[in-house]
Amino acid sequence: MTTTPPPAAAPESLLAAPDQASQAQISAEIAAAHADAERRVAAGEPLPTTLYDFPPYRSSILRHPTKNPRLVDPETIELLSPAFGQRDVAAIESDLTLQHAGEPLGERMTVEGRLLDSWGRPLRNQLVEIWQANAAGRYIHQRDQHPAPLDPNFTGAGRTVTDDEGRYRFTTIKPGPYPWRNHVNAWRPAHIHFSIFGSSFTQRIITQMYFPGDPLFALDPIYQSIRSQKDRDRLVGVYDHDLTSPEFSMGYRFDIVVDGPDATWFEPEKEH
Amino acid sequence: MTVVPPRTHAPTPGQTVGPFFAFGLGYPAMNQVVFPHSPGSLVLGGTITDGEGAAIPDALVEIWQADADGSIPRARGACRRDGHTFTGFGRAFTSDEGRYEFWTRNPGAEPGKAPFFAVIVYARGLPNKLHTRAYLPENAAALAADPLLASLSGEERATLIATRTPDGGLTFDIRLQGEKETVFLAY
Repeated sequence: MTTTPPPAAAPESLLAAPDQASQAQISAEIAAAHADAERRVAAGEPLPTTLYDFPPYRSSILRHPTKNPRLVDPETIELLSPAFGQRDVAAIESDLTLQHAGEPLGERMTVEGRLLDSWGRPLRNQLVEIWQANAAGRYIHQRDQHPAPLDPNFTGAGRTVTDDEGRYRFTTIKPGPYPWRNHVNAWRPAHIHFSIFGSSFTQRIITQMYFPGDPLFALDPIYQSIRSQKDRDRLVGVYDHDLTSPEFSMGYRFDIVVDGPDATWFEPEKEH
Repeated sequence: MTVVPPRTHAPTPGQTVGPFFAFGLGYPAMNQVVFPHSPGSLVLGGTITDGEGAAIPDALVEIWQADADGSIPRARGACRRDGHTFTGFGRAFTSDEGRYEFWTRNPGAEPGKAPFFAVIVYARGLPNKLHTRAYLPENAAALAADPLLASLSGEERATLIATRTPDGGLTFDIRLQGEKETVFLAY
């Protein structure tokens, strides 16, 4: 976590494009892209859950593949994945509120969940990494120049390894919504980035967890790059009062199911 | 053959890694699958480009590979390197010039099979991960017998085979879109 990001070309958060679309235009494009996807799926075309070709997310236009992925039988190496264990992380890395001398500002929260495969089996000893903006919606990344305050007591990165029930748990601060320059007045709903390993490299996933009831959901072309509502709902953490600690923190539950080909069925627990 | 039972849990969808992953996903020596300059080590590197051929400076590449004898690493410690344990996993961020680099060694494979690095690419602007493979260029017979490579056109095939450099390293460029677009995989 000490890697210094290189000074690089400014991402969309800094680029003031003169021809930026309005939110109304972006929202219309999102609706049209969803309708198109629905039509194609109804016609029998296999489309991914997350659309790679999704022009309302402007920076995807030149970065998405134009050809369908090639369906392939996984080889042995792809059916296994790197082995992680407690030696890979320090216990304190799962508490993002303890990384500095003082308490970070904002709404303290825990997020807890289980990592499961397509058959509901827990995935043990898997690495879970998270990163996020602070309570004001500011990332510590040097290329984030959003004029909201940095918090000297909050970095916003953590990692842990799942336990024997596939469970992970982080203590952090609820991130704020984040402005970016995809279009005029573009705001990302509050989110925590998640990076997860499964027991098979094919199950690897990087995604984002959101918070219930966010009014920005419908407006956000990244969240909406997932074409169906039921799949979008899977990225929303559930408020769980049983995870809320009296006079201390709010609790959210976010279970993660990794995908994988049928061949991943043949990999139950052998490395343990 | 074992019958695969019906799936009971729908997968969590993937999302873009976004622009600010470096402070969350970086860790010391993450691109050193082996210790630099150790016997048998080599540099595997390449450039990631977009549909206009422009370098992508905010991409993330991961490799996962067998050891030189074809065995699958089961040792822990890919996230906290000790400098000698071979865990088979590496992670690299692209530079301003869109270039990524790993210190690693040649993967092996099961007898008769073509050795490759399993590769995943993520980037700002890429809505979800992309899987691909970087095959070693040697062993023409194994490459010819590989079911994936055999199913591809000559041009597509070329996107999956790394180039050996004179110093024993490997070059594997990744084109997300357009001319010579890299073949990406679904399982």
